[in-house]
Amino acid sequence: MQPTFSSSRILLPVRPWFIFFSLITAALLNFLPTAHWPGMPDWIALVLCFWSVREFRKVGMGWGFALGLLMDVADGAVLGQHCFAYVILAYTAASLSRRILWFPLVQQALQIMPLLLAAQVLQALMRLAVGADFPGWGYFVGPMIATLLWIPATFILLLPQYRPVEQDPNRPI
Amino acid sequence: MAGIDHAPPPFFKRGPAPLALLTFYIAVSLAIFVLDLRFKSLELLRQSIALVIDPVQRVAQTPGSLVDYAASYLQGLRALQLENGELKHNQLTTAPNLQRLAQLEVENERLRKLLAVKEREKANGQVTQILYTARDPFSRKVIVDKGQQAGIVAGQPAIDEAGVVGQVTRVFPFSAEITLITDKDQVVPVQVVRSGQRSVVFGLGNGQLELRYMPANADIQIGDVLVTSGLDGIYLAGFPVAKVVNIERDSAYSFARIFCVPIAGVENFGEVMVLDPRKALPPAPPESSGRPGSSDKPSLRKKKKTAGKEH
Repeated sequence: MQPTFSSSRILLPVRPWFIFFSLITAALLNFLPTAHWPGMPDWIALVLCFWSVREFRKVGMGWGFALGLLMDVADGAVLGQHCFAYVILAYTAASLSRRILWFPLVQQALQIMPLLLAAQVLQALMRLAVGADFPGWGYFVGPMIATLLWIPATFILLLPQYRPVEQDPNRPI
Repeated sequence: MAGIDHAPPPFFKRGPAPLALLTFYIAVSLAIFVLDLRFKSLELLRQSIALVIDPVQRVAQTPGSLVDYAASYLQGLRALQLENGELKHNQLTTAPNLQRLAQLEVENERLRKLLAVKEREKANGQVTQILYTARDPFSRKVIVDKGQQAGIVAGQPAIDEAGVVGQVTRVFPFSAEITLITDKDQVVPVQVVRSGQRSVVFGLGNGQLELRYMPANADIQIGDVLVTSGLDGIYLAGFPVAKVVNIERDSAYSFARIFCVPIAGVENFGEVMVLDPRKALPPAPPESSGRPGSSDKPSLRKKKKTAGKEH
């Protein structure tokens, strides 16, 4: 696979343990006390969205559901709230992946923004429908920041898959 | 024509179609959402997941608490000396009242015995440390460091040094979740200290509380202190809850809109005391049609019901 479909650079296949590791790291980042800061992105949504776009055969709705359950318990939210949002996020990201990967990174980020925003809006709608209080517009800033983070996240998460640019076929092992 | 009506050989295992999976997961998500919210029947699932996540979350909180610790360590001698002096001063000012408290309590007890009134319940409890606030932005909850292992049960009230903070709503093996009184629609039955009037105070979700269902001409002034009325079987009577800060009287409505702020440091970190559950109240007298004159009764019963909802 290439970094984008228009790129001529071939990537190594992804290692399953790295996907697992990155999702767990995202969960840890969500557990940090910084999650209370205004405009903090939902790291799990970002990483899940990334893997759903790139490796939808390995990471999909099942992972979204499990991580959603984890976040619901960790946040003290109603069970099913994050599950619902993450499952829909994983599905839409996977179904759009063939289109998204044709674009350069900045335009990819623009296409990702509505998905991440939708995940947040869905959660807000679910809770508002059952009588919770409006959390303020700051709640919807997180996905915007996450959109900006799409570019560094792509670099970091693809790092183990890059081959060295200078390759010597006659190199002795 | 042989072979056309045969299914293609299963070269690639693909599982169910994505749309079918999506429908399945959405159905399950919505089902557990409704089950958890309306029937509260998934506490076991929540507790078992929390048992795994809880240690991880505590570890994730350590950098923050280390920074806090370092900050308080570096605060310096001067600030501590100032605080110490202030505390000594405060102790002296409260000393006259405190020194006579024991004697007053004994006297009160004796007088109550003389009058054959039921004895006042004593408030006991255990001090717990607030670990972190729950991240859910739609509600106001904190997590404390004692749970089922320390004998905490859902429904226990929590107070700090100034007044009522909230109520334990969920208990995990090693932690418990306290819903603050400022959480939306969290209910505390209260009494106005000045006039003795009873009512219920509701959280608004924005850090304020509202005293609802008070008639527009009710005897309430800005600055009135509300204390728990003790009518609910959850909160003991007499703990300060809130102070009235704003009253809107509009003759178009039959009720005044009365806004209050909590007296306790509800949104602060620190330690809270989780009070032991109250002894069960005597059973309510049976509905009798023989006493039509008691107008206070129906409203009383209603309050009990709303307060018990969170239990």
